[in-house]
Amino acid sequence: MSKERIKIAEELFDIMPPEYQDLVKRATFGNEQRGWKDIGNAKELIEEHSLCAGCPESMAFRYILASLPNPEDTVMVGSTGCTSLVFPHVAVHNIHSLFGNQNAIASGLKRALSVRFPGQVKDVVVLAGDGATVDIGLDMTLQAWFRQEKFTTICFDNELYANTGGQESGLMQKGFVAKMAPVGKTFEKVRLPEIARESGCHYVVNCTVSKPNLVEKVIKNAIHIAREIGPTYLQLYTPCILEIGKNSMEGLQEMRDSEKPTERFAYKEYVSEPAKELLAELAAKEKERKAEAKKQLAGQTA
Amino acid sequence: MAGQPSPIGQKNKKGQVYTDPWKMMNEAERTPSFFTGSEVIKEAIRRASCDVMIAYPITPQSEAAALIGELFAEGYIGDYFRGESEFAVMSQCAGAAFGGARVFTTTAGPGTMRAMENFPMWAGARLPIQMIVTCRGINSPLSIQPDTLEISYLMQTGMLVWHAETAQDFYDWILKGYMVSEEPDVHLPLALCCDGFFVTHTKDMVDLTPVDMCLPPYDPYRSPVPCMDMECPPVRMMRDPFVMKSNYISYATHASWQQEVWAAVERSRKHAIRWLDGLIDTENTDTDVLVVASGTAVSQSREAIAMLEDEGIQVGLVKVKTLRPWPGEEIREATKHAKHIIVPEFNVAGWLAREVKATIPNNERVHAGPHVCGGMTMPPEIIAAEVKTVLGIKAPSLAGRGG
Ligand SMILES: Cc1ncc(C[n+]2csc(CCOP(=O)(O)OP(=O)(O)O)c2C)c(N)n1
Ligand code: SF4
Ligand SMILES: [Mg+2]
Repeated sequence: MSKERIKIAEELFDIMPPEYQDLVKRATFGNEQRGWKDIGNAKELIEEHSLCAGCPESMAFRYILASLPNPEDTVMVGSTGCTSLVFPHVAVHNIHSLFGNQNAIASGLKRALSVRFPGQVKDVVVLAGDGATVDIGLDMTLQAWFRQEKFTTICFDNELYANTGGQESGLMQKGFVAKMAPVGKTFEKVRLPEIARESGCHYVVNCTVSKPNLVEKVIKNAIHIAREIGPTYLQLYTPCILEIGKNSMEGLQEMRDSEKPTERFAYKEYVSEPAKELLAELAAKEKERKAEAKKQLAGQTA
Repeated sequence: MAGQPSPIGQKNKKGQVYTDPWKMMNEAERTPSFFTGSEVIKEAIRRASCDVMIAYPITPQSEAAALIGELFAEGYIGDYFRGESEFAVMSQCAGAAFGGARVFTTTAGPGTMRAMENFPMWAGARLPIQMIVTCRGINSPLSIQPDTLEISYLMQTGMLVWHAETAQDFYDWILKGYMVSEEPDVHLPLALCCDGFFVTHTKDMVDLTPVDMCLPPYDPYRSPVPCMDMECPPVRMMRDPFVMKSNYISYATHASWQQEVWAAVERSRKHAIRWLDGLIDTENTDTDVLVVASGTAVSQSREAIAMLEDEGIQVGLVKVKTLRPWPGEEIREATKHAKHIIVPEFNVAGWLAREVKATIPNNERVHAGPHVCGGMTMPPEIIAAEVKTVLGIKAPSLAGRGG
């Protein structure tokens, strides 16, 4: 589709809020080539946010929303946490209901959309914090994967419960001293990417959000694979600069430091065999499209 | 999308005809059938045009939930699966309803309590999910026996709560329930409760509507909130996420949202009165003694009243059908002449008596009891004994029975 569904009746255009007018005029709904490079050139699907200044979650949100392959047919599911402060500003339908139940909501949602719109693309994308994904919601995270529910789960891993003031979480590093871990966390960071693979995810990536082109690639892969094959999981490091004592300018460096080859957010990827085939098909199609475009361009200039 | 031609008269993929619900329920020919309560649930859902049913085993609703799986296998339901816990199931139901599906589920006792955080969320999100609650004990030590204590928790969630007495109520109210809760000025979930085992596991004659008629499909765009399917503009619903704000606008928003949910419960009143033929049923309300009851306690009271009649004692009856909306006006009117109001209940807390007491003038007239709980049956004799006690008639000691 295109922007058909958000079009404003001409007579009412001028009384609509300016950001909505802007969305209709300049957003990239329906543009198959949309991606992170649109940031700054087109209307973004996030209006503003009330996160701490410089919070890497805000970068992550912008890159992800710019990279959704079909925002016009995507419904997002959030959870309670710092991310829930952002979703009210996001211009794709999104659901907040409770803390930790995001993968259960998404399971019901995806099935309802499949019943109501058979044969049509309706992508479901979960985006939640590490507390929501790994602690309080772990059973629902895993069970959705066991059942092979066809949606993408994204975890904003900031290695603690940020929204409630920096308590220990399952994805926190061992030894880290935090609220509710007064003598340091006594057990290892939960290895959810490996658990995801063993639980049936077809595409698993562990990385930071320091590079927008990388975020675009993994988001597109994860959503295409979830749409056609089965569950996918992305664990993205979005450090909570407030709780680890960094300034607002230091988030990017923190991510760069933690993605070095020996560090815990060094790029790691798992792709199942059927997912590899799908990605190869998509790459071949993309190559064809580019060749075609080149030909046409040559034809025009000739 | 909204504005599409009416589906009435068209056939679904099973060959059932989408029928005007009022005609289907009130005018179409009925066939008497001998069924368990669980089978009755299945037959109602066969005719309910449900999109999604999500199941989890717990006695005494497991059989009904499994029978609906058979309906799915036969093609009567869009999707069906077993969730991993009642908490997850109720969130999965919410997800499906957010996505515009007509949703059905069933639970009981500990399942209701496990899932509790979801229910005010369902009401606040205005999701017209229907949940059958086949009430069962929630106490420790573990009990699987009938006990209606869980209803008292459901009554404060903002859901509609109805309490069926018989399998016939159950059959009709499942279908009528969707009609009430999906009204745009209501759009709330319904907890349709019955007393486990007494209704689910006993066989009864039930008059069924024709099997080739079904409810029209749910229209998710007749709703006070947008359906989360990206078929309507992704409006920014709030300027700020007011959850975290500590200011007057935030408080006022939350307060008015809650008030609106309860106002919607009130607005369901007129629809429920029409579909259920009143929120209460009454018999002989000009007598000195009245029994006010809901669920299976109504059936037991009927027997007690017949026994007393044989002894020349006249007792009236009020059957409370809906607990939310609460039929306060109706109960005040029906109990106006009564000197004594007996409220028998299948739970230890006596929540129905508390509600009645809070509703009527001169509430010392209310006698909370008899109460049975933990799975005990309620012999009509103990209701009759209560009546005699309040009338000052010496009743034979029940404790000595069989001794
Ligand atoms: C049932 C329930 N338990 C606890 C909370 C309190 N709570 C709100 S957000 C949160 C922490 C969120 O942590 P995480 O998922 O890691 O997200 P972050 O804020 O770090 O982005 C907690 C514990 C709640 N809202 N609901
Ligand atoms: S508390 Fe941490 S995670 Fe939350 S907005 Fe601030 S920096 Fe970001
Ligand atoms: Mg966190």
